[in-house]
Amino acid sequence: MTAKVITLTSGKGGVGKTTAVANLAVALAADGRKVVCIDGDIGLRNLDIVLGLENRIVYDVVDVIEGRCRLRQAMIRDKHYQDLYLIPAAQTRDKNAVSPSDMVRVCDELRADHDFILIDSPAGIERGFRNAIAAADKVLVITNPEVSAVRDADRVVGILESEEKYSPALLLNRLNPVMVKNHDMLSAADVLDLLAIQLIGVVPEDEGVIVGSNRGAPVALEPKSRAGQAFRNIAKRLQGQETPFLDLDKQDGLWGRLQRLGRK
Amino acid sequence: MSGFFDRLFGTKRSAESAKERLQLVLVHDRTDLTPAQLDALKDDLLKTIARHIDIDPQAVQIALERDGREQRLVADIPLRSVARRRAG
Repeated sequence: MTAKVITLTSGKGGVGKTTAVANLAVALAADGRKVVCIDGDIGLRNLDIVLGLENRIVYDVVDVIEGRCRLRQAMIRDKHYQDLYLIPAAQTRDKNAVSPSDMVRVCDELRADHDFILIDSPAGIERGFRNAIAAADKVLVITNPEVSAVRDADRVVGILESEEKYSPALLLNRLNPVMVKNHDMLSAADVLDLLAIQLIGVVPEDEGVIVGSNRGAPVALEPKSRAGQAFRNIAKRLQGQETPFLDLDKQDGLWGRLQRLGRK
Repeated sequence: MSGFFDRLFGTKRSAESAKERLQLVLVHDRTDLTPAQLDALKDDLLKTIARHIDIDPQAVQIALERDGREQRLVADIPLRSVARRRAG
């Protein structure tokens, strides 16, 4: 087993990096994969609370790097899946406590025993971002269909491409199909045309994402959630399975069904 | 409904504005060229070309274009024909 290291990054903050990491981790674990996620946002720890593991933290990634504990001791096992682990960020330190080579070392140590290592990058394009991408085999750039998020995503893609080592793929998050239909939101096709990189998935806006975070149970665990389904599909694509893109125009609920009946 | 009135009065929907504005700003972000620098570059190009051949500066079009993730500077420079110059 040699794990694939996947980093999620965005440039802009608040586009859904942490939620996406949590959901993809859960979806991969549900498919029977051995997964470790690493919170790369030193000083602003959050992946733990989104995964519902905030009360179990003893050691963090900086403790590992500075030799205060063994790697195994900083790995927190998930509540639902026994092959899913979190390595939390340090909360009282800053980005400079970790270097890119530290991240490569930690990931190399994890590779042999896992299928996927997911790294949650902090916002920005400075040290924390450099740390997060250092060990990556694949980088997913996540954005929202919104001008500032797309512009920042383009900067990040430019930086990644200038290093040549990475060929980033796009994860478009929080698309609102009704607004797209009313021409008040950039469509997936618009964003793809602007950024001109490969697409790994489109996740529709879904209130269930916040409900999931509230409970510490990512929405990918919800069989009926559209966003959950989108994340599960992306997880399949990361495993190399061809998976068709969701039809985001399909409206659920009584109104949607009536509308579809009307069209027939 | 608002879409109907927008079309009636020719107002642009916001998604279209977003895309057009992003197209412009991304070209400048990617090339690190401001619109003012691009204008200066165009002027220099025109002056240099005009030293060698007869051109109509009004007919020249120089613009940055996107081609996937590549940007290119595309110039369309119509040349005045020799026959017309003689006639004139």
